Amino acid sequence: MKLKTLGAGAVGALALLLTVAQAKVLINAAGATFPYPIYGKWFEEFGKKNSEIQINYQSIGSGGGIRQLTEGTVDFGASDMPMTDEQITKLKVKPMHFPTVLGGIVPTYNLPGVTQDLKFTGAALADIYLGNIKKWNDPALAKVNAGVKLPDAEIVVVHRSDGSGTSFVFTDYLSKVSPQWKKDVGSNSSVKWPAGIGQKGNEGVAGFVKQTPNAIGYVELIYAAQNKMGYGLMQNAAGTFLKADFNSVTEAAAGAAKSMPDDFRLSITNAPGKKAYPISTFTWLLIPSKIEDGGKKKAIVDFLHWMLQDGQKYCADLGYAPLPKEVVAKEEKAIARIQ
Amino acid sequence: MATSATLRAHPGPGARSFFSRLATGDEIARLLTLAFASLILLLTVALVWQLWINSAPARHKFGLSFLVSSDWDPVNGQFGSLPFIYGTVITSALALLIAVPLGVGAAIFLAELAPPKTSSIFTFFIELLAAVPSVIYGLLAIFTLVPLMRDHVEPFLKTTLGFLPFFKGTILGVGYLTAGMILALMTLPFIISISREALLEVPTEQREAALALGATRWESTWQAVLPWARLGIFGSIFLGLARALGETMAVTMVIGNGTAISASLFAPGYTIASVIANEFAEATGDLYPSALVALGLVLFLLTIVINALARLLIIATARQGSSHP
Amino acid sequence: MTFRNRWRKILSHVMLSLTGVCAVVAVSLLFVILGYLVYTGWRAIDWNFFTQTPKPPGETGGGMANAILGSLEIVLFGTIVGLPVGFMAGIYLSEFGGKTFAALVRYTADLLNGVPSIIIGIFAWSVVVKHTHQFSGMAGGFALGLILIPITARSTEQFMSTVPQTLREGALALGASRWKMIATVVVPAAYRGIATGMILGVARIAGETAPLIFTSGDNQHHSTFWNEPTLTLPLAIYLRGTAPYEDWHRQAFAAGMVLLFMVLFANVAARLVLSRGITVQK
Repeated sequence: MKLKTLGAGAVGALALLLTVAQAKVLINAAGATFPYPIYGKWFEEFGKKNSEIQINYQSIGSGGGIRQLTEGTVDFGASDMPMTDEQITKLKVKPMHFPTVLGGIVPTYNLPGVTQDLKFTGAALADIYLGNIKKWNDPALAKVNAGVKLPDAEIVVVHRSDGSGTSFVFTDYLSKVSPQWKKDVGSNSSVKWPAGIGQKGNEGVAGFVKQTPNAIGYVELIYAAQNKMGYGLMQNAAGTFLKADFNSVTEAAAGAAKSMPDDFRLSITNAPGKKAYPISTFTWLLIPSKIEDGGKKKAIVDFLHWMLQDGQKYCADLGYAPLPKEVVAKEEKAIARIQ
Repeated sequence: MATSATLRAHPGPGARSFFSRLATGDEIARLLTLAFASLILLLTVALVWQLWINSAPARHKFGLSFLVSSDWDPVNGQFGSLPFIYGTVITSALALLIAVPLGVGAAIFLAELAPPKTSSIFTFFIELLAAVPSVIYGLLAIFTLVPLMRDHVEPFLKTTLGFLPFFKGTILGVGYLTAGMILALMTLPFIISISREALLEVPTEQREAALALGATRWESTWQAVLPWARLGIFGSIFLGLARALGETMAVTMVIGNGTAISASLFAPGYTIASVIANEFAEATGDLYPSALVALGLVLFLLTIVINALARLLIIATARQGSSHP
Repeated sequence: MTFRNRWRKILSHVMLSLTGVCAVVAVSLLFVILGYLVYTGWRAIDWNFFTQTPKPPGETGGGMANAILGSLEIVLFGTIVGLPVGFMAGIYLSEFGGKTFAALVRYTADLLNGVPSIIIGIFAWSVVVKHTHQFSGMAGGFALGLILIPITARSTEQFMSTVPQTLREGALALGASRWKMIATVVVPAAYRGIATGMILGVARIAGETAPLIFTSGDNQHHSTFWNEPTLTLPLAIYLRGTAPYEDWHRQAFAAGMVLLFMVLFANVAARLVLSRGITVQK
């Protein structure tokens, strides 16, 4: 009686299992949270056009992507921080870096009374994260935000707790605009943060800042925009205050296209140019240079081609900027080098 | 089980050989179940062995200094477990501080004062609390407890008790205190149900004798009943502690991920379980993951010790209950 | 009445009322939790939740179909792995055990019971994930099965040892062999308790999250659970609850409500089964 129903249930579950297990090419990827919104969109759209390919992406941070690629539990990884030579040597198959999009990191904050967009100089942002500027109404912030009533409240500084490419780009920028930051903290995917609290992933930082009054965090533009959170203007190398958007991030990569090295590892923070957003970055897919499984290789190569052509069209809606034409051309050639 | 000892297949005069015993099926049954029982032993040994060898790089590099170093720096390859041991101890201590008075109080009510039907119904609901998954506690904590702590409780503590080092620092809503509170909520049902059972074991003569001597109801409970049940109550505390030490999800969601030791309860911290949960999937290299496994080893040993103590206390209670006239 | 006596009486009333308050607080916590979850989760449940897979961040209309299925698959696998082992081990401890070996197994089972589930996750990772080079539902199910084994073993032993010796002796006196006696007399006599223990154990592993983070992982699609990362309901709750998107919060609460109802239902059912008493055929 009871056993029969249990048995029937087990058989039913098994049948369900088998129906779901169709003959698909299943690809596993993991890595950066920075581009997750657009990667999610891409994999979904690509999957619609190529129904026999299914790409699963775990948004666990750039450090996680590099780790899982090294362990071999994923077919490709994703990172906003180019792999170091030391990390590359740990992989049996050398990984290739393929830039996918450009994105901007914005200082997002939660200030209930403040309706205007705040302006930040690079030095001020560094001082906030160094713990030198402790309150919102500090003179350094008030100076560039004339006319804004900044609250007399402690700044709740939020950074990443996990190994993060976003952190790498952010600290890379801070090192360029603050000698004290460069000396005391440096730039890496994971640093000894002098102040603040850590959250996991772009999602965690955005989530925490959204819930906590007087908090500030650094996230990719789309996380702040999609969640209707306030984010500030940054002062770029030319002295202009501007927000991260399609144009300013594209501008930041304008000069980069010509100086792009063959392995595509390039930093574009604090780029020159009047309209360039200072905390911009490429983000990369880490593809093994040799893929043994023929089906997977074809699927990945097809995706890369699709990404460079059709995929770039999704950037504008999601707050990322497309790759410069020269970079796309270079990548198309590089794809052929995947064995 | 003296009877079954004689029933066991002890070879006596005219005993049958192994294979004829096998034929009856008894030996098969015994060997089969023995195999499964041995599997438990095997799995535990394998567990300890895997923990040991996967933590080797960290153990070789740091040795015992791993236990006292408070430097957790994955980038530079420096790993010390002290911040996490500290976080684990502090949050568990906080949890017990809140849950023990509340729990023992509730247990006293349920064992001494409540009519039996009410007592069973209440206990039924309280034991259901123990079945709620940790991640659900965490989810609720993020949206209810954290704002409560951030907007009301912690500012209140800061203004009234801010001179103490425990209540200084930036108020975030997450941190040691919040983690301690959610842990208190999770250990509460264990303390209540086990303490209640310990109190029910106390013979009525104890109460009656105290009351006969003129004690008030409370005095009888406090001076005659509780001391009798104290071993069982301590057992419940240790069991609750063991559970609190290993609690992962709810703590991870509200502790704030801080790798430094801080006296302030408002500060973000980390417990051993939550740092493993957060960092294991992304720990690159050889040393970093092995440091996390080494932390796991520390937690494992800690829970063994506490669990053993808990069981000793509970056994001692049973023995005391049966030996006293 | 002297002042001191009056004071003692007042103290007694106050303290005892306080204990009543403690008890009421403890019980009401359950209802507060339930109530809040139902209040927020109820409005979030829609048809999408049960039929759709997750959508990219920022888009609405996604659901947890794959998480629900994944949980079912992984819990089923864990049950298949853990229940028989625990059950058989429990029988051994209750019916066959010698003194020292049984004591050793009992001690080890209690030890395993007390091990934090994240450590079990590390073990499952090092045994399955590391060698298959793959996050998989199977690895997660293995971890859950490991957690289930000692729970089942101890509860099976506990309930089988409550069966009176007279029952066993009677069966043997009638000429039954040992295993027949166990299978046809003792186990059926204790089946209520054994079943309760099993249901409670399965309900417990259904809610586990920590060991699944780095064994079965995350997946946006339906997956084949033995060689692909498989999303589960508890992990989905964790991932959605800690993200900034309102829609994801909504889904987390809906999932939380579903999970909690399933777990509580199993617990209540099991306890009611048990409270009907362990019937002993005369």
